[in-house]
Amino acid sequence: MSRLAITPRNRFSIMDFGPYLLLASLEGLVTAAILALTALGLSLVFGVMRVVNVAHGEFFMLGAMLTWAFTSLFLGYPVLGFALAMIGSPLIVGIIALVAERLVLRRLHYDPEATIVATIGMLYIIQQLALSFYGPEARAVIAPVTFRIQFPWFGYAGYKLLVVGISIFLLLATWFVITHTRVGLMMRATQYDRETAQAFSIPVDRVYAGVFAAGAMLAAIAAVLIVPIQQAHYLMGLDPLLLSFIVVIIGGLGSLKGTMLAALFIGMSDGMISVFFSPTLAKILATLLVALVLVYRPQGLFGEVSR
Amino acid sequence: MIGRTESTRVVGLHGAILTALFLLQFILPAYHHGMLTRIMVLATYAIGYNILFGYTGLLSLGHAMFFAAGLYGAGLTVYHLAWPVLLGFVSGVLSGFILAVMIGFLALRTVGVAFMIVTMMFAQAFYLLTLYYADYTRGDEGFVLTQNMRRLALGEWTFNLADPIIRYNAALLLLSICLIACLLLVHSSRGRVLVAIRENEERATMLGYNTFANKLMAMLMSGMMCAAAGAAYGLLFGYVGSTFASIHYSISPLLWVLLGGAATTLGPLLGTLCMFYLVDISSGYTSAYLLFVGLILVLLIVCFPKGILGTIRERRLTWLP
Repeated sequence: MSRLAITPRNRFSIMDFGPYLLLASLEGLVTAAILALTALGLSLVFGVMRVVNVAHGEFFMLGAMLTWAFTSLFLGYPVLGFALAMIGSPLIVGIIALVAERLVLRRLHYDPEATIVATIGMLYIIQQLALSFYGPEARAVIAPVTFRIQFPWFGYAGYKLLVVGISIFLLLATWFVITHTRVGLMMRATQYDRETAQAFSIPVDRVYAGVFAAGAMLAAIAAVLIVPIQQAHYLMGLDPLLLSFIVVIIGGLGSLKGTMLAALFIGMSDGMISVFFSPTLAKILATLLVALVLVYRPQGLFGEVSR
Repeated sequence: MIGRTESTRVVGLHGAILTALFLLQFILPAYHHGMLTRIMVLATYAIGYNILFGYTGLLSLGHAMFFAAGLYGAGLTVYHLAWPVLLGFVSGVLSGFILAVMIGFLALRTVGVAFMIVTMMFAQAFYLLTLYYADYTRGDEGFVLTQNMRRLALGEWTFNLADPIIRYNAALLLLSICLIACLLLVHSSRGRVLVAIRENEERATMLGYNTFANKLMAMLMSGMMCAAAGAAYGLLFGYVGSTFASIHYSISPLLWVLLGGAATTLGPLLGTLCMFYLVDISSGYTSAYLLFVGLILVLLIVCFPKGILGTIRERRLTWLP
């Protein structure tokens, strides 16, 4: 997602290699953290509902656009605007997802193939509306904190480390909700066997709605965090979508632990591979890898064989 | 299998539509004449897509790679190697065939959602490859086949494919061949096996059919038709660029087929026609045509999953192929 700011000139000089590796891993960590949040949303929706949400990247884009909208409301107070965006953007995106779920996905009875086509339709609708309302310009957002952490070789934006921290917190919180609360139990029961869950009076219908909204909100939060580093743009959704696909598939469809591991693996290697190969070649290899994983190891590289 | 009156009706209907398309060129104004040419080539693409999606029940999200294989197979050989047009066309179709063999052997090991994502990923890799080899393909910018390269020599005659009249009839010829091939396939016993696989693959296997071989055959036919459409598109309109390999061009035939009616022979043509004119008319009022594409996709899949002709067939004309 983010590219390294190192010039090719000093790329392979031995003197710089250590600090360079440190910088690359820091950048990789930021990418991995954002990717983990985004992919977790996709993975949750697929795991519980068996729905492949192609519009997931657009929820990410909406989160970023709304962050820009919130912060530009409070131009003099970046912290206030950003704090508001942290709460407001995911909330609005969640409501939009909820409406989409009620209006479209439920009527399709969550049929896997029909929902893919429907979410492609949603992708176009959201993208076009974002273009019409916000225009084609890339929108920058100022980071709420500006302190820098000084390493012996270079200074590093403290905000990026904050992003990693917040992401880890959110991932742990999601994991806690899924494994240790009543809501999480309902989700897991629904995922395991929809009919039996219904027979045990679990409101499967509402679980589905909640999971779809939660998945979209995770993407939106990831976008809020990344906007000060990247920029908000109406086409920005495609990259996180494809990367999330890659992560979710390599991690094993529907396996949360696998998704986390794969996000770390892909996020960390994304930056490094792009240094040694051309970024396009890196992307080609990654997409081919994913296709072959799906063909030969549908349970993913890190996933267990399904029941 | 089908009654005599029914087959007369079917042949009559298809003959009438092809004749109407032939006659239309004498009355249409230049703008619509050009647009219909484009529609006919892209309808061929949709017919190829429909064989796999409509009749065999395999929803591919990566058919742009077959279209682009034809486009580049024809475009690159004509542009860089100065091959004659006909040989370029054959090379385009052959590229589609080879790609379909490779993709078929890999992707057909998966079903359902995995098949959709695998095809999407292969198409994405193909798209990135066209960008990676920008030295030859000139990437997003693409390259133009000049009028000199697009002269088709047949015996003593030379046809200039840039000429609107020749272009229209070449497109019509391609469409006719593919439409008739599709009709023959649907009415053959093989076509019925494909439908059986779509309805229940396990049962088809139990009945003793080799479902993999049949699905592979459908994939090859579909891939070759889409490649033929791509090759024709490049040769007739003279532009070859990697946008044609992008995901948007994989979704388009799905939209056209869904709109016209999946698993109907004429649905792809009708869907492409409707969608083109819908976008054309709406673009007079707003630039937000993607909004229409999205809304129509959602409305179709929620309210009319059978499309226009599919709904008509269900309610009235049950003999429609």
